[in-house]
Amino acid sequence: MTKVTAEAKSLGTVDLRIPSKAEWVAVARLTVAAIANRLPFTVEDIEDLKLAIAEACTYVIQAGGEREHIDITCDTGSDFLTIRVRDHGAIHPESAPRRPSGGSVEGLGIFLIQALMDDVKHTPEGESGGELVMTKRVGS
Amino acid sequence: MDIKVNVRESGDAYVVELGGEIDVYTSPKVKDAITELIDQGHYNLVINLEKVRYIDSTGLGVLIGGLKRVREHGGTVSLVCTNPQIRKIFDITGLVKIFGIYDDETEAQKALV
Repeated sequence: MTKVTAEAKSLGTVDLRIPSKAEWVAVARLTVAAIANRLPFTVEDIEDLKLAIAEACTYVIQAGGEREHIDITCDTGSDFLTIRVRDHGAIHPESAPRRPSGGSVEGLGIFLIQALMDDVKHTPEGESGGELVMTKRVGS
Repeated sequence: MDIKVNVRESGDAYVVELGGEIDVYTSPKVKDAITELIDQGHYNLVINLEKVRYIDSTGLGVLIGGLKRVREHGGTVSLVCTNPQIRKIFDITGLVKIFGIYDDETEAQKALV
């Protein structure tokens, strides 16, 4: 597997902060789609990215808590898009099931992120929570 | 962003025709429509996703919840979906094994019998 070195190939970074409310998830989705559209992703890849960012935001919102907003950073490269979602401790991909079974809804969002993105990493940052970092590569 | 929900009777079943985007914001409206039908005693449902451009896990959750409820009463839910991106989500999640997914309403309705 090729390791992405964002610093070496970066074409630019876009920061987005949205209120941690359901009605704003579409803004994150459309923003990521617009960014991905500037890179050589296929239409199908862009749909995958839209779903992945929406699932990450939805997970944070549904986790509740005191969060007022969700911070999203998109690092763009010639052949990749890395999306960082500051989750403040809400997202724990390692606890998601490998595949939902029997019509279970639990963990479906995180499962989809893992299935649609090439790399998904959760970086704990102590009490303040951590980051979900997910990367999609062109042509993967 | 919007979601359109149209409910109509068709033979022995009810058809819930959805259009637009089903996500964490709009899925409660879909859930309300399905719940209302089930509460009224309608347990054979066709959910038409042909005009749906996007669905996420909250939308899938609503469909799964509806299916579980109608099955308790001996009913079922058939889906109409030809959009490859949406069908892909059902494939990835394994929900193709739980739902009957058909290319048109006629097929979906036949499967209810």
